[in-house]
Amino acid sequence: METRTFDNVASLAYFAPELGLIAAVLLLVVWDLASPARLKIAGLVVISLAALAWSGGMGAYFLAKDAGPHELFHGLLAFDRFSNLFRVIFAFVTGAIVLFSVPPRGPGVAPELRRDQGEFFTLILVLSLGMNLMAASRHLLLIYLSLELVSVMSFVLAGFKINDARSSEGALKYVIFGGVASGIMLYGMSWIFGITASMHLGECAARIAALTAQQGKVPEVVFVGTACMLAGFGYKISAAPFHMWTPDVYEGAPTPVTAFLSVGPKAAGFAVLVRFFSDALGAGSASPAVATPWPVLAGCLAMATMTIGNLSALGQENVKRMLAYSSIAHAGYMLLGFSVFSDAGVAAIAFYIVTYCFMNLGAFMVVMAVAEQSGGDETLSAFRGLGRRAPLVAAAMVVFLVSLTGLPPTAGFVGKFYLFSALLTAGGAWRWVLAIVGVVNSVISLFYYARVLRAMYLEKGERTEPVAVRPLLGATTCALAVPTLLLGVYWGPVYDFVASSLSMLR
Amino acid sequence: MEEIGLIHYLSVAAALFGLGLFTVMTRKNAVGILLGVELILNAAALNFVAFEHFVAGGVSGQVFTVFIIVLAASEAAIALAIVLQVYRNHRSIMADQLTSLKN
Repeated sequence: METRTFDNVASLAYFAPELGLIAAVLLLVVWDLASPARLKIAGLVVISLAALAWSGGMGAYFLAKDAGPHELFHGLLAFDRFSNLFRVIFAFVTGAIVLFSVPPRGPGVAPELRRDQGEFFTLILVLSLGMNLMAASRHLLLIYLSLELVSVMSFVLAGFKINDARSSEGALKYVIFGGVASGIMLYGMSWIFGITASMHLGECAARIAALTAQQGKVPEVVFVGTACMLAGFGYKISAAPFHMWTPDVYEGAPTPVTAFLSVGPKAAGFAVLVRFFSDALGAGSASPAVATPWPVLAGCLAMATMTIGNLSALGQENVKRMLAYSSIAHAGYMLLGFSVFSDAGVAAIAFYIVTYCFMNLGAFMVVMAVAEQSGGDETLSAFRGLGRRAPLVAAAMVVFLVSLTGLPPTAGFVGKFYLFSALLTAGGAWRWVLAIVGVVNSVISLFYYARVLRAMYLEKGERTEPVAVRPLLGATTCALAVPTLLLGVYWGPVYDFVASSLSMLR
Repeated sequence: MEEIGLIHYLSVAAALFGLGLFTVMTRKNAVGILLGVELILNAAALNFVAFEHFVAGGVSGQVFTVFIIVLAASEAAIALAIVLQVYRNHRSIMADQLTSLKN
């Protein structure tokens, strides 16, 4: 189907999911000010979930109707199956985080846990809006604006525990690192703009292709500009060497925020990365006439990211910090799929993101449930003997950790299988090296995930009484564990659906 | 005398970018680091305006620059609020003294 470009008014119908989110954000602010105290949090949750259901539902509707591809707002935003698939993913992730952030009730709960919830949910929804825009931007300006929207909201959320020294320290490191990364990205963008004289990714691609054909190689300016822009994208997906903020921010931030940052903005970062490389650099084109440096660049990033993430995770005592390093490693695995620059690679990344949502959100949810019952202790000692103290939650944690390691019969195994198969189908010695490094890294990751398993089932803690996990947390944890297992044995329809949604790379 | 052209603007911007990076890497004070970030943003803004004037010849570069200025201001507001919070909790804003999060 031919791509049509819509003007501002005609675009609004296709922009409905985001309009719903904006309306909900405004409504949340009013509700926070005007609602009776007893109903306040219930109302906040209901409004947020309704808006996310609308956004995700509209995304699914567009997908089912096979709408697009179009360009909205004179070419600023893309409307295609890729952006709609990510709308659904982001709505799901944000919905899980909203449930995750409902504060505990009843006597004995610290009152500061129930304070400022209006702001919290508002920021979460704005972040979700920013992620939707990130996955859809088709213009350098929109890439910058949506990335900053997500970043600024994340800075505030990371420092949300205002009296906690660790939270504010993490937020400061985040804001400094984010500021530098987006500054370097902007500088790179200015060079891309300078050589192509356009900010629209499609026009950039045409100009870069012409220059490449003329010079017989990718122009140096394009290479430098892209390398600078990788700083901004790499910081969002926490790829090495832009990962330094990750462990500190993840450890300091409130646990729901950590879970959100490790899944949502990371997925959005991958979406914008894939779109930039395929749309602006034409990296996915079938047979490039000249050798491009992108596969080697992406492969080096992938190897560095997963190796650093896995090796640093080995000695961690704090489970939240360990999961932070593990999330760096998982960005590395996804970069493996990215380095292929093929339809199969992008489909593998998208499918991995879906499985990663379930397993990583679930693992963080267990950490939160355990820490809540042990006075905020997030270290391995809080997990000792959990197999007897809370059998159901411990069993769910086993599923999540096995899946994160990538062992059958879990979703993580299938996700990794598709990543490696995309890599090896493309062939070549370089791809084999990447695949071997990836497999070795998966083996390394087993060590630190197994430490948690050992603490839960083989070690005895000081406390032996059963852990009373909140019903909401317990139910959501189980709801995440079921698809993690189910996708490990019966993934066909989901994979086909995801893969058919990604006909963007041609 | 030689006309002032694109290359001069790009040189100034590159120098600003380098100085910004240098500031970020060498400063210990959080506010000093944020000043370095501002330099980097200004380097990019200058590049956009120069490229627009000499290469593209429209207004989109200027528009982009206006957005950079606005977002730099909002980011600085958030960053300084966080710096205040850090000062309240740690009684220091020197980067090498913030060590409660370590391996």
